[in-house]
Amino acid sequence: MTKDRDQGTGVGDQEEQMKQMLREALPPLGADAEPDHDLWPAMLHRMDEESARGASSIPWFDWALAGGLVAFAMIAPRTIPVILYYL
Amino acid sequence: MQGEGSTVLDRFRQGDVDAFETLFRMYQRSVFGWVLRIVRDPGAAEDVTVEAFWRIHRAHARFDSARGFEPWARRVATHAALDWLRRQKPESNAAPEMWMNVAAPSTGDAAVADEIRRKTAGAFARLPAKLRVAAVLAVVEERPHKEVAEALGITVAAVKLRVFRALRLLRKDLQEQGITP
Repeated sequence: MTKDRDQGTGVGDQEEQMKQMLREALPPLGADAEPDHDLWPAMLHRMDEESARGASSIPWFDWALAGGLVAFAMIAPRTIPVILYYL
Repeated sequence: MQGEGSTVLDRFRQGDVDAFETLFRMYQRSVFGWVLRIVRDPGAAEDVTVEAFWRIHRAHARFDSARGFEPWARRVATHAALDWLRRQKPESNAAPEMWMNVAAPSTGDAAVADEIRRKTAGAFARLPAKLRVAAVLAVVEERPHKEVAEALGITVAAVKLRVFRALRLLRKDLQEQGITP
């Protein structure tokens, strides 16, 4: 029981020492830190960028479907008029 | 004020960009401060803050106004910061050097103390990102375990376990470098 308690204290001490070393190596950054400038323009830029990307990007399955059709047309060229008829 | 805040939150939930801007301006400082504590680089903290708000904007329909905006924003920001940490390669991680530039108390032999601090910062940078986040918030920044748990979306017990594992791995790494805490 005493041994367990000693071991527990030892582990606890080691943990506290590690915490102290960590605090000395990485000083805490205060809660009062703030950005150098207003981030809203960067946010707007990001939103514009994403919406432009969203409009121009084509889902992968559309590319896969188009690729499949091209491959099928190359293997069986006579089916091209049929495909065109159904488009 | 409460009613006004609720209206903004309701409008945000419906996808109103003006309401989103209002919330952005209200919370950008606190989110930036929280992210900075995790990534410890002001430039990266700005990028991660914008990324976090972008995720918030995209997820507006999933926002539960009953749970409050700030805890939700903090949680989203914590995950964005975690993703940023995971993308950093340990060998190119400039953060430890930056941390060393911040004044720290000098004791006894300053050169030896600096060396120990540098090695500790380096060993910390090599820890898995999820352990680093828990340890930096709970140990370095001394945030309550409950707050860290909410930000990470895990239990308080899980936070304690991550901190314990982080300290154990850190001690092992330092011992391998000849430093015995």
